Amino acid sequence: MWLQCVSVAVWGSLDYLRLFKESEVMDLILKPEEEKFRDEVRAFVAENITEDIRKKTMTGFRLDKEDHESWQKKLYEKGWMAPGWPVEYGGTGWSPMQKHIFEEECAAGGAPPVIAFGVTMVAPVIMAFGSDKQKEYYLPRILKSEDWWCQGYSEPGSGSDLASLRTKAVLNGDHYIVNGQKTWTSLAQHANLMFCLVRTSDEGKRQEGISFLLVDMNQPGVTVQPIKTIDGSTEVNNVFLEDVKVPVENRVGEENKGWTYAKYLLGHERTSIAAVGRSKAQIKRLKTIASAEEHNGTALIHDQAFREKIADIEIDLLALESLVLRVLSDESAGKGPGPEASFLKIKGTEVQQGITELLIEAIGNYAHPFIPESMDKGWNEEPIGPEYASSIAPHYFNWRKASIYGGSNEIQKNIIAKAVLGF
Amino acid sequence: MSFTFTEDQKLLSESADRFVLDDYNFETRRKIIGQDGGFDRDNWKKFAELGWLALPIAEEYGGLGGSTVDTAVLLESFGRGLVVEPYQSCIVLGAELLQSAGNVEQKSQYLPSIAEGKTLLSFAHIEPTSRFNLCHIRTRAIKQGDCFIIDGEKAIVHNAETADYFILSARTEGDTNDEEGITLFLVPSSSSGIEMRSYPTIDGLRASEICFNSVKVDQQHVLGELNQAAEYIQKVVDRACVLLCAEAAGAMDTAVKLTVDYIKNREQFGQAIGSFQVLQHRAVEMLGAKDFSRALTYRAAGAIDQSNASERTRAVSAAKVEMGRSGKLIGQEGIQLHGGMGMTDDMPIGHFFKRLTMIDAIFGNVDFHKKRFAQII
Repeated sequence: MWLQCVSVAVWGSLDYLRLFKESEVMDLILKPEEEKFRDEVRAFVAENITEDIRKKTMTGFRLDKEDHESWQKKLYEKGWMAPGWPVEYGGTGWSPMQKHIFEEECAAGGAPPVIAFGVTMVAPVIMAFGSDKQKEYYLPRILKSEDWWCQGYSEPGSGSDLASLRTKAVLNGDHYIVNGQKTWTSLAQHANLMFCLVRTSDEGKRQEGISFLLVDMNQPGVTVQPIKTIDGSTEVNNVFLEDVKVPVENRVGEENKGWTYAKYLLGHERTSIAAVGRSKAQIKRLKTIASAEEHNGTALIHDQAFREKIADIEIDLLALESLVLRVLSDESAGKGPGPEASFLKIKGTEVQQGITELLIEAIGNYAHPFIPESMDKGWNEEPIGPEYASSIAPHYFNWRKASIYGGSNEIQKNIIAKAVLGF
Repeated sequence: MSFTFTEDQKLLSESADRFVLDDYNFETRRKIIGQDGGFDRDNWKKFAELGWLALPIAEEYGGLGGSTVDTAVLLESFGRGLVVEPYQSCIVLGAELLQSAGNVEQKSQYLPSIAEGKTLLSFAHIEPTSRFNLCHIRTRAIKQGDCFIIDGEKAIVHNAETADYFILSARTEGDTNDEEGITLFLVPSSSSGIEMRSYPTIDGLRASEICFNSVKVDQQHVLGELNQAAEYIQKVVDRACVLLCAEAAGAMDTAVKLTVDYIKNREQFGQAIGSFQVLQHRAVEMLGAKDFSRALTYRAAGAIDQSNASERTRAVSAAKVEMGRSGKLIGQEGIQLHGGMGMTDDMPIGHFFKRLTMIDAIFGNVDFHKKRFAQII
């Protein structure tokens, strides 16, 4: 089925595969109304992103909860919080190209990434499978960023083999009692809600005994414990669930159908995981740094070997962007996201990691110093070496996570092998 | 050139491996890093007693007169446990510079005490804008009577805060990038006018940015001939590169083992993930990368004491390129095969990855050494 989609896309509609300008190869040629839209987004970002937040986003310094929330509230006020949603729920009704332009301009202007757990992860599941009551309650709150969601999927024994999860939910009258441990829970320290996969049956296939619950994090029995990662940060957590009460009305859809919903979630709005706009902004930053770094009086950007490495990544990114535009186009034509979403994840993370590699190369000796506090709020000592250098090595190490999380790149290849190639 | 260890080298390797195994596990290392100065002085004493500090120092100065290969054997073992004691700073760079550039008097005065572990050196050479160019020296030393007055900035000076003396490179003639005009000085770290800002490095070591503000150094502390230090520096840094590669070989060895152990034990889909052929092949690639890099490193270690300048350059740069590539592959794949666990600070693999990455990023990375090699094709 997916192969058919490809042929339709390639021969049927080339509109989204427009030519690239020669001079600025990374820019798409836009129609006049798209240029107008781009300018509008650009101006909005410029008006609403402070220099402090822009700098943090660009350098990978730590953004705090308020940084994300204040930006997301501005997006809400403007009506731009959920471009991917249907208009009736508060979506924008934008064309695929507009969505792409929006992502790109937000990234270029240094806006913090919108936290995906609510608006692009749990929301589509609630829309598709939730009760009316759930839709009425949660969706407006997500638009307004009134809740901070986290994702309770992985467990210590269930990573790539997610269906083996063991966190148990036992029905007791009008609520479930949940016991178990979730791990790698990103930003759980900020979250008041978690969408969580739990085991409600041990019978039959493992996938058929899983349910999808919405868990209130602010209650006894929920313990969040930070996990320190190799870059010195603590953005992921263990979440311990001990006799946690979850009302039955907080189950999404049917009992034991949670796996289907989880799969739906994983296939939804995958274009954002490609992070094309973010990578473009990082390549721009890389070029700026490579222009500042000198060896024997010549800027690194003029070093042929280094230029070719940048070229390799830019070419990959162009290919990625082209595929993203095609998928966006398919989505707006009502075609469900196919397994090519997995390619977006694989290539997207390879490009992101490739850029971090070139950044660490670019700064030479100044990859060595490590002052974790310098990435925190309120640190105002002189940097060691050039100001741009301090976050680059930690970011390089931190970003190795990208090929592991969200279904490791190996698992993505398994999905393609099975779903596309029919192995 | 011999490709097998001598009996002495085997003994050295065994005893150093034993030290790492018994006295340098992951938790111990973590505690050592947290100590003042970032290393354990008792370990340093032990290294002195075992003759490890004396290893590359000439016999007439209280040393053992070992070869570069001997030191490589020791450092490979250190690499297996990511030993943080300042062997590279004090012995591989410091003592070797003193030994190659110093006069008899200077050598008799300092080398025996270094071999005994009583004096610590640090090489203050890299500058904020020097990148990998060893001759990029802006720090100036100006003669004034019997003294030199030194002004300038040094960057990423490993183990500076615990050093008794710096071996400092400064320009006594010429322009920033000239080969001619660089002179080495032995500067007591207690000299007035030295301002130091110390910090941890991402691979668990300690380093400093140092400002020299009109620091007065007696002319008898000049090491070697005036203006002629570039050649000494290049030679010693070349040897240091090979010995960093030896340390990396040990680190790669452990990283590969940790990863293979992990995938043999981690179960998903009802079986060890190591039973999947796709992961087996990747583990094999890692092992191969380590083997090639290690072989080339020992070849370079053997070449360095014997060959002419261009052979030496080729051997050293080839080893450093291979190490950079292999270290990156092993580090990145080591994390990937560990999955999320590989990202945690509590697992050793990430620490090996960080050290391997930083060994690439000192004294010339892959690109730098590939170019250097290409110039002598």
